[in-house]
Amino acid sequence: MSLLEIRNLAIHFHTENGVVEAVKGISFNLEKGETLAIVGESGSGKSVTGLALTRLLPEPAARYVSGEILLDGRDVLKMKGDELRKLRGKRIAYVFQEPSTSLNPVFTIRSQIAEALKLHRPDVKDLDAEIIKCLDLVGITNPAQRLHDYPHQLSGGMQQRVMIAMALACQPDLLVADEPTTALDVTIQAQIMDQFRELRSKLHMAVILITHNFGIISNFADKVAVMFRGKIVEYGPTAEVLRNPQHAYTKALIQCIPRLGARQHRLVTIDHAALEAAS
Amino acid sequence: MIAYIFRRLLYAIPTVFGVMLITFILFFVWGSRETMAKAQLGQRARPTEVRNWLHEHGYDKPLIINAAWADSTYHHAEQPWWDSIFIQQIKNFTVFELGESDFNREPIGEKIRSGMIPSLLITAPAMFVGLFLAVALALVQVFYRASALDTGMTVACAVLMSIVPMAYIISAQNLMAVTLKWFPAFGFDLQGWGTIRFLMLPVTVMGVIYLGSDVRLYRSIFLEEIAQDYIRTAQAKGVNARGVLFKHVLKNGAISLITLVVAHLPLLIMGSLLIENFFGIPGLGGLVVNALQKQDFAIVRAAVFIGSLLYLFGLLLTDICYAVADPRIRLS
Repeated sequence: MSLLEIRNLAIHFHTENGVVEAVKGISFNLEKGETLAIVGESGSGKSVTGLALTRLLPEPAARYVSGEILLDGRDVLKMKGDELRKLRGKRIAYVFQEPSTSLNPVFTIRSQIAEALKLHRPDVKDLDAEIIKCLDLVGITNPAQRLHDYPHQLSGGMQQRVMIAMALACQPDLLVADEPTTALDVTIQAQIMDQFRELRSKLHMAVILITHNFGIISNFADKVAVMFRGKIVEYGPTAEVLRNPQHAYTKALIQCIPRLGARQHRLVTIDHAALEAAS
Repeated sequence: MIAYIFRRLLYAIPTVFGVMLITFILFFVWGSRETMAKAQLGQRARPTEVRNWLHEHGYDKPLIINAAWADSTYHHAEQPWWDSIFIQQIKNFTVFELGESDFNREPIGEKIRSGMIPSLLITAPAMFVGLFLAVALALVQVFYRASALDTGMTVACAVLMSIVPMAYIISAQNLMAVTLKWFPAFGFDLQGWGTIRFLMLPVTVMGVIYLGSDVRLYRSIFLEEIAQDYIRTAQAKGVNARGVLFKHVLKNGAISLITLVVAHLPLLIMGSLLIENFFGIPGLGGLVVNALQKQDFAIVRAAVFIGSLLYLFGLLLTDICYAVADPRIRLS
């Protein structure tokens, strides 16, 4: 049995301006310890898919129209409030895009990580020691001195490491990283991705990496799902998709990656009208 | 922190001076002293009567400085140059000598001290109970946002806001005092616990008058918080709705609430003009209204001075509360 299996999932948003079909019947699956990259442009439905895994979308505006989200064979969409909360943070944890707004500005790092530990690992006696261990794991130097810092006292890269430490504190089976490096500068991006790579093998957890950047997935993800307008247009092992893309949108996305040392030419753009007509 | 408070108190000095200057210009330069005298003596007062009145109240001195101090022919020459209305006023206010009433020469300091207690007895409970109730109702609305209950409460708030305060006062007096005879409609007496009898009606009415708009305001503050990224992070951690609301939303919302509430705390002493007048409470609000009606400008000037001091104190209090509530603000 797969760790996670999504079958024909469709999600609609009911807004004042009518119904938006954000996700239109997607399916994929993920084994234990496996890494899946969901790639697509803004508005393609990739973040919505990530949030849907633990039903974090704002209901009743968001409606799960059809499909199943099976975690170890149990349907998340059929779970009640209490069951869902035991899932969130404990089995599936999140790292979001913008660390500076994703951490609560008025609580210390210690209190924010401790909140997760108290909820899901009540057996932990020495909270401070456990939190220091988590911070150390994500490469924060002098973690003991950082405990009582507030988020604004840390740099963006450090804040994202704290987010990761918080996500890992309860040893989840699946980590959903939603554009985890988009808000960071390039050198920090590389450091954070290395960190993910190291932690993934150390903790044997599955990872879903949501990104619009094909460049960072090539030696990171086992397989890739390309999303376009709420659908998965291409799905397969990363190396294969990169070497031999089938769908026009995937080809276009791969062409968009700027390469160091390549002959100078205008950056490739994606012709939406043509793609729309083709699909 | 202490250095900060000290610095802020120093900054307050020019502000208070500015308030005194503007008050002085309004009352003595723009308004004339003869009008002041005639307001008390009657329009048909004789010039000698006016002169005597001005002399008795010390209003016959030069306005800004005693320019005649060097001129031996002028009868003010024996006085030093600082013997003027403006400098005298600043000197008196600085040591909290508020002078005496233009109307009956009663000491103003005494009047203000005795008016403070009834005022506070009305405004403080109305404010704190009102704040607590409004925050609680706003949180209920946010908890059940976009439901029929939320809509219903919004409509109720709009209704509460739309009714004129006078209607609350009169209908409360009519129902609770005249028909049911539970509380007196009018009057006040300081008599220990018995005072509560006189307080129930004005406190309740004052609370109800502001409830609708307060709930609307706090609801929008909390709704803004609940849309923040860190709320989603908390939910993703598995925190339940109660924890999200009372811990994450309330603490962040408190920062906005402080702006609205704390600056007005010291002004509670000044009382409520409307409530005190209609319920016959001998508080500061009533004192000022009466002084205005009797054109007793000495009392009005003192009230403006005290009010501005209290407001400055409220602003300082606000900044200190910010530093306590928001770790991003450190006063140094």
